Parts: sequence; structure tokens; C-alpha cells
Amino acid sequence: MTLKHTCAVAALCLGFAGAADAQELNALIWCDHADPALLEPFETAHGVRVNTKEYEGTAAGLTILEQSRPGDWDVMVIDAVDVGRAVERDLLAPLPVDQLPVADYFPQVVLDENNTVDGVTYAVTEKFGYNTIAYNKAKVDPEDMKSLASLWSGKYAGRIAVYDYYLPVEGLVGLSQGIATADLDAAALDKIREPLFALKAASKQVSDVVASQTALATGEVDILVGGGEWLTAVLHEENADLDWTIPEEGGLVWAQSLAVLKDSTRPDLALEFVKYITSPEGQARLATSSCYWGMPANRKAEAHLDDAQKAILRWDEQADYLARAQLYPVPDAATDAAMQDLWTDMLQH
Amino acid sequence: MRIETRERRLGAALVAPALIWTVAFFVLPFAAMVWMSLAHLDGRMVVPGPDAGNYLRIFTEPSLRRGIWVSLQITAIVTVISVLLAWPLAWIIAMRVPPQWRRLALLLAVLPFWTSYVVRSYSWALVLGERGVVMNALTGIGLLSEPVQIMATRSATVIGFVHFFVMLLTLTIYANLVQLSPNYARAAEDLGASRFQVIRLVILPLTLPGVVTGAFLTFVLCIGDYITPQILGGNNELTVPQLIMLQLGRRGDYPMASALAVVLMAIVTLAYAACARWLRMDRL
Repeated sequence: MTLKHTCAVAALCLGFAGAADAQELNALIWCDHADPALLEPFETAHGVRVNTKEYEGTAAGLTILEQSRPGDWDVMVIDAVDVGRAVERDLLAPLPVDQLPVADYFPQVVLDENNTVDGVTYAVTEKFGYNTIAYNKAKVDPEDMKSLASLWSGKYAGRIAVYDYYLPVEGLVGLSQGIATADLDAAALDKIREPLFALKAASKQVSDVVASQTALATGEVDILVGGGEWLTAVLHEENADLDWTIPEEGGLVWAQSLAVLKDSTRPDLALEFVKYITSPEGQARLATSSCYWGMPANRKAEAHLDDAQKAILRWDEQADYLARAQLYPVPDAATDAAMQDLWTDMLQH
Repeated sequence: MRIETRERRLGAALVAPALIWTVAFFVLPFAAMVWMSLAHLDGRMVVPGPDAGNYLRIFTEPSLRRGIWVSLQITAIVTVISVLLAWPLAWIIAMRVPPQWRRLALLLAVLPFWTSYVVRSYSWALVLGERGVVMNALTGIGLLSEPVQIMATRSATVIGFVHFFVMLLTLTIYANLVQLSPNYARAAEDLGASRFQVIRLVILPLTLPGVVTGAFLTFVLCIGDYITPQILGGNNELTVPQLIMLQLGRRGDYPMASALAVVLMAIVTLAYAACARWLRMDRL
């Protein structure tokens, strides 16, 4: 092979490599985005392949980004309350919010206070739901679940699991003590310490999503504190008795956001992905993703959901739920550390 | 003189790959970890040290101190139970199973290694659950009127560990046993020792290197394990690896995670020092 041939082959290979590179979008995601039924329409429409990597916990996601080369990732799903943390580290690109359908959103989940920093929007809410009480209505009196006080009554001792995430559960315990999530400061944490420890004492386990789902599905526990539609909806076909409610003291709204990374080498394609996910069709597919369900932020997704799906998502009750639920606590760094210390103390108690 | 120099160079050349490997993949990462452990978290940013604050916290904060205590307790229980179960099993395979069946017996002994560690832990979760095989059997035959909670307790963690480490210890003790000359036992019997005395006074002491080596490996692997206590323990008490994961996954507190990891290494080093006298890796 002559030098000219070698160069030609090399150039061809590089060309292919470049072309292949241009046909991919790298997404750092939560498991609901890995559903092929969600990604397929976008991949077909744009002739691209979406490479996904799942992560759990914002700290883990930020670690992946810090250990990657700039440009390795194009888009990222992130807990809405943690968008500020990513902006603080200069990881996210501003989003042209005028090109996104936020006007069609449920107003309560636009969450400007989370997604916008100093007047610049860095992320957009894509899905939300509730951290509240999930339970097996065949084993638990639904009337009891109307009040958080039932958890401490002793009636269900040893039949409770606690979702292993400090923000919503400490928020719920705060609500049981009459403390709004926005008021969870160091002094308020002292007030929830004993109730939190008592909840742990009445519980069988403190578990992650999979273990909580398994425990509820197999009947190991009958109540999950911190659960909601995101946990019971995917189990509905197997066990229609698994239900959830927002007690009279209230529940918490969780929300996940989608952002484009600042160092993305395909910012236009990344923005197209955000547009697709926030579109009515993308929203409906995301809401009913195989990993877990949740309410779409975009109200127009309704047109793409059938009646059974809307019933599971409790579409018609959202106005009431959103009015009664409170947003996640958004603690400053010191309060966040204190909340996590309290959680560790509870686990070791 | 020239030959000596050449031999030295050859020796250095032969040692160099191992040395480079150790420095690159152990010494430098360990030094980086120690350095990180001396930094601290200010808000959400890591501030370089040196600062011994993390170590102070580990030994003064009850939840962190308890993590070390829980890890040591679980590891000690697992190691003792595993040795007690593995020694007779290894002895039976080495001394009582006919030679033509030993390979099959060993194969059966190591069968659990064929399954993924995570899958095996989740399987135990299903077996030990209130509606699992164990409780169904015990309530079915009337030994228990109500299922008792094993899953999401320390007992579940210990069972999961013991299942794994009995196999490991059986292999190390078996390897030791088959190297023993049968003449030791014959000599002891000729001198009037009973079969029990032969085992207690001759075979058992001679297998001490295998027992200690297996026990040390059990200790090291058990105290550093995250998966089994996380899946089977139900988060009702935290071990050091779980505390490390909390620092990494939740808080992004690399300095504290590093400090906990250094403490874990110190514990393992102390364990090594305690049993170095009997450790015989060449017997494996």
C-alpha cells in the first residue's frame, strides 16, 4: 500500500469517525430516560443515537461530570433543587426559554426559583410528582393514611419502610410537626429529630427505590414514607391495591429538570433534545416511562395519554394536589449538611 | 565486580515492573487519598488542608464512631462463624471424601462463586423475607406461629456474608489440609492419641496458617464490603463502607470519605499485624 493510499484510508476512517461522532448525543440521565420508547422518536426524527448513562444522586452526577472530559456530555437530568449546585460549578449552559413550551406547564412546576439563577434559565422542569405516603390499601385502612400522625400511632409499627432520601422525608416529618418545608432551618431540625427517630423505630427498613418497591410489592411492608405515584404506578398492573395519597398535613412535590451542559460539542442537537422532551409527545412518553411514572410538567401531554394512564397519574386531581403539596426544602450548604447529619444519626439510631 | 553490577542491574530490571506497578496503582493513589483526607468541605467546595478535622470527627461524632464499631462487630461475627463452619467442611472434603469425589465436592463448595455477588445478595433478600422460603417453611411446619423479621437486620447481613465466606475459607483450609502428610496423624495414633486428640492436638494446629490466612481474607473483604449490608441490612445500621458511600453519593464530601477509607485501611493493617505471624499466602 502506498503512502497515498494509506493517507486516503486514514482520512476516510477519520471522516467516518467524525460522522459517527456527529450522530450521537450523550445524555447523563435518570433511569426513566433510558426507555427506548422515549428515545426512539427523537433518534428517528434527527437520525441520531442517544447514548445514555444513568446516575443516582446529584453528587454522583456531578462527580461523573468532573471526571469526564469537557464535551463528553451534552444534556443532563438533574434534581430541580440541585440546578443551583451545577450552576455554581459552571457546568450548565443558558437555555433559550422563549423556545421552550413553559407557557403550557402547570404553573406550580415551572420552578423559576430552582431553574433560574440571576435571571438566567439553566434548566427546565420535565417531570414531577409527590413524595408522600404510598400504601397497600388491602392491608392498611385508607382512612388512617389521611393523617401523617398514623405513622407514629403504633398501629403500623414494623410495617413501614422509609424512602432513603433525607430531603423529602425530613420535609414530611416537618409537615407532621406543622413546619413548612421553606422553614426547615437548624432550629426546626431540632424539633423534627425525635419524631424522625421515632419513625425509624416504627419502621422495618430505610431503603432505596428498588428495595422500597420490592418491599411494598412483596408485602414485606405495607406503607412507604416518601413514596408516591412514581413508585406505585409501575406496580399497578401487578397489584392494584398499591395506592398513594397526600395526607391532610400535606406532601412534597419532587421535580426533575433537564439541562444542556456548557461544554456540549453539540449544543443545537442538545437543545433539540430538550425541546423534544418538553414537547407534549415527549412529555407523555416520559411520564409513562418503564422505569417510573410521574406527572408531565407540560399540561398538553394530556392529549397523548389514554384514560387509564391519566387515572393512574391522577390527572384530574392535580389542581388539588398541587395546592396542598409543598416544594422540596432548598437548604443552603450549612443547613443541607445539618440535614444530612441528622439523617445519618437517624440511620445509626 | 562487573558481574556484580550486571546482576544488580538485572535484579533492578526484574523488580522494576512490580515496583512501578505498586507505586502507580497503590502508593500514589494512597498518598492522594491521605492528602484528600486532610482537606475539608467548606459549604460544597473542597478546601485543601492539611487539617485533621475529619479524623477528629470520625472519633467524636457518635454516628461515625458507631459505624466503625458496627463494622468491627459484624466482621468479627462473620469471621468466627465462617471459620467454625468451614473447618469441618474442609476436613470432610480433604479427609473423608474419596479422592475421586473430591473435585466434585470442591466444585459444589465453590458453586456460589459462580453467581454475581449482587444477584446473590438480592436472592438472600427474597429467601429471608417474611414471605420467603425460610419463613414459609418454619411457619408451614408449625415451628413459628408468625414470621419473624430476619431481612433488614444484622442477622441477614451476617447470613449473606457467611454464605460467601464459608466457601472462601473452605478453600484456604482445604489447601492447607491436603498438604499435610498423613504420617503426622499416624504417628500420633501410634503414640496412643485418640481420633479426637489427633484432630485437636495435631491437625488443627498444623492448619492454623490456612485458617488464619482465610480468616484474614474474610476480615478484609467483609469489613470493606458495601453491597451485602446495603441490600440485606435494610439501612438499620451503617457500616464504614456505607458511611463512605453516603459521603460520596450524597454530600460530595471527598475529604471525609477519604478519611474514613484511611481509617478502614488502618484497621486492616492492624489486623494484618495481628495475624502476620501465621499468614502463609504460599499455602493457598
